[in-house]
Amino acid sequence: MPYDPKDPLKDRITDIGPRYYKEFFPPVIEKNYGKWMYHEILEPGVLAHTSETGDKVYTVRVGAARLITIEHIREICDVADKHCGGYLRFTTRNNVEFMVDSKDKVKPLMDDLKSRKFSAGSNKFPIGGTGAGVTNIVHTQGWVHCHTPAIDASGVVKAVMDGLFDEFGSMRLPAPVRVSLACCLNMCGAVHCSDIAILGIHRKPPMVDNEWIDKLCELPLAIAACPTAAIKPAKTESGLKTLDVNHERCMFCGNCFTMCAAMPLADDVGSGVAILVGGKISNRRSMPKFSKVVIPFIPNEPPRWPQTVKAVKNIVDVYSKDAKKYERVGEWAERIGWERFFEKTEIPFSHHLIDDYRFAYTTWRTSTQFKF
Amino acid sequence: MGRGFSVGISIFLETTRKSVDPVLEQENYCREEEVLMAKHSTPMLDELEKGPWPSFVSDIKQQIEKGKQALKDAPEDLLGVLELSYEDKVTHWKHGGIVGVFGYGGGVIGRYCDQPQKFPGVAHFHTMRVNQPSSKFYKTDFLRQLCALWEKWGSGLTNMHGSTGDIIFLGTTTPNLEQVFYELTHELNQDLGGSGSNLRTPSCCIGRARCQFACYDTQEACHQLTMEYQDELHRPAFPYKFKFKFDGCPNGCVASIARSDMSVIGTWRDNIRIDQNAVKAYVGGEIAPNAGAHAGRDWGKFDIEKEVINLCPTGCMSWDGSKLEINNKECTRCMHCLNVMPQALRVGLDQGASILFGAKAPILEGAQMATLTVPFMKMEPPFEELKELIEKVWDWWMEEGKNRERLGELIQRQTMQKFLQVIEREPDPRMVKEPRSNPYIFWKEEEVEGGWTRDIKAFREKHQR
Repeated sequence: MPYDPKDPLKDRITDIGPRYYKEFFPPVIEKNYGKWMYHEILEPGVLAHTSETGDKVYTVRVGAARLITIEHIREICDVADKHCGGYLRFTTRNNVEFMVDSKDKVKPLMDDLKSRKFSAGSNKFPIGGTGAGVTNIVHTQGWVHCHTPAIDASGVVKAVMDGLFDEFGSMRLPAPVRVSLACCLNMCGAVHCSDIAILGIHRKPPMVDNEWIDKLCELPLAIAACPTAAIKPAKTESGLKTLDVNHERCMFCGNCFTMCAAMPLADDVGSGVAILVGGKISNRRSMPKFSKVVIPFIPNEPPRWPQTVKAVKNIVDVYSKDAKKYERVGEWAERIGWERFFEKTEIPFSHHLIDDYRFAYTTWRTSTQFKF
Repeated sequence: MGRGFSVGISIFLETTRKSVDPVLEQENYCREEEVLMAKHSTPMLDELEKGPWPSFVSDIKQQIEKGKQALKDAPEDLLGVLELSYEDKVTHWKHGGIVGVFGYGGGVIGRYCDQPQKFPGVAHFHTMRVNQPSSKFYKTDFLRQLCALWEKWGSGLTNMHGSTGDIIFLGTTTPNLEQVFYELTHELNQDLGGSGSNLRTPSCCIGRARCQFACYDTQEACHQLTMEYQDELHRPAFPYKFKFKFDGCPNGCVASIARSDMSVIGTWRDNIRIDQNAVKAYVGGEIAPNAGAHAGRDWGKFDIEKEVINLCPTGCMSWDGSKLEINNKECTRCMHCLNVMPQALRVGLDQGASILFGAKAPILEGAQMATLTVPFMKMEPPFEELKELIEKVWDWWMEEGKNRERLGELIQRQTMQKFLQVIEREPDPRMVKEPRSNPYIFWKEEEVEGGWTRDIKAFREKHQR
């Protein structure tokens, strides 16, 4: 029976959760579950995993835009049906992985993937994203689908990945470089621990829609949302309840707008990109680290964000030349010192980069050890 | 009018028309008329069709050309409104309204365009989060069913996947939400994920499905806990969002330590397994170090002293030219040596997980990394010890947490000491990077001999004013 809008609760099924993952395992994965011994990267984008049973699984990893259509998903399915027995997987970083159970199936799969292009010429399935290179950028919705962004997401990522394309398809960097993008400080993409983070920020305090704010919002919630207590109750000249924002205290977090639609922040010149570097989530060698702000602002430059692309490429290039093998961006910056980081990358250091929020002091240099 | 775009469509229709039957030809002809009528000029977005990386603009255009999605104009109008944002440099989406499917308080994000007259195809454009299977393996028949469902009731646009891990159906109208939900549950045996002040859809790394480092079954843990907490996932009862993520080892491929309120990271308590012959093969250059991850540059011959022994953060390894030794008691399981020599070294056999709490992105008190709270827990199905721990944490947070206060912020506000009492764990030096440097200890009265009640008169008998 199809859904009956007149009786929405009829035969309702709820709380059944996701499908059981083992339904979707290719036979070689199912057979060797928990038995894998080691892996090899045969070439950029191609992994081989060897099991205790002697079985091997070969994986070809390809990049994808996170925003994809059902036509594209069907083409992904076509490839998997043709080469992989109808199985595939997606990675945490929006790549697609096609797996085959013997080496002779790898080349036909790769040839097929390489041959598929969008009508305007871009690759549908670029192979790469493994080892000491740049893998896909995880990102958020941006202007495609969100109400709080300071920047677009999909377009910036496309432009930056075009710029880093050679690093996606090769493994010549000192260590993996994880690039992430979040289009506002809410960071639904959690970019705060990335080697390079592209972050949308606002620089103008919220406007207050005086005529509507009391109808649209719970005023106490908006007041309480402000981390610097910059928002207080006020009245308009006509006697309507509204809010007043102390602009000097605003740190442009947008938390008030999240709580109250009548306090928009976004602005064509006020909003733009900040670049953070040196974060990591792996526990390898050094402990996980937060990313640090090194470029406080780059204007929004649709459609190709040239200054943002240039800034990211510059950091990758300088790091690539200067870091030691195995050193992540943050480990490199700490070894050479942040004063050298700014010198080598030729990024200007400004007062914006000195912390003045909670725990700011923990990031100041309390030592005579520095480099001239 | 975007010239490249219209020319592209015309060429496409031109070439298809030659080889199709008259009925289809008729349809194509009508479509061409419609496409030309409704089309927006997108000169800026057309610039994003250039370059080698997959172009989402080209992809959306192929959906416009070929797609039979229910919201016929949605892909075109999405490009239209996005082009407008590219001109204006601000978003054109409004705060979401309260929409959802009956009985759930999560899984659907309301979304409305602020220029509905210009872009009616995306005037109402709600997102549905579909709970992904653990570690995102798929059979194509299931993916094709999802596509057919989204074609029947939605825009044909998706995210594979959202940041939290869900399959994202991007854009449909309010009446269609129940239709999607009904068919999703009845025909695909598949449920929605979480949003709002709920448990968010848990996610995990690839785990034992295809990785030798996984120290517990991340996929099973993720699945079982998702199933156990369906109510928390679908019905908001928390102060704010709560995320679990499951990493199989300290490499942390799902980034749980940075972005989950409860981070479960696989580890082991015994010795790293060593195959001495394979170590020699690495030293002799027979096996590429780091699984070949550095093959794109000539870094010189592999040097085990320089690349492994001297880079070990605890200095617990030695190599005498023929034998690798590890003082496992001093090892902090950072994974570096295992990553460099995966064919020679394997994780220990006494496996389990470390449990960390409180990670979050900066909003609002600043970003927090998860704090190590339970150094080791065995992780075997049905994961009862972990569930007991979670429920203690939730009881406290639901009682004490302020509106929109994440767990990590509550722990900071009420102290780590309080948190340890709540979860009934003894303090352990493993929980801190270093002991406190300020001496402002909040002593409790019962800790101090004789308590805090004293007699000022007795004091004055010995000490003049």
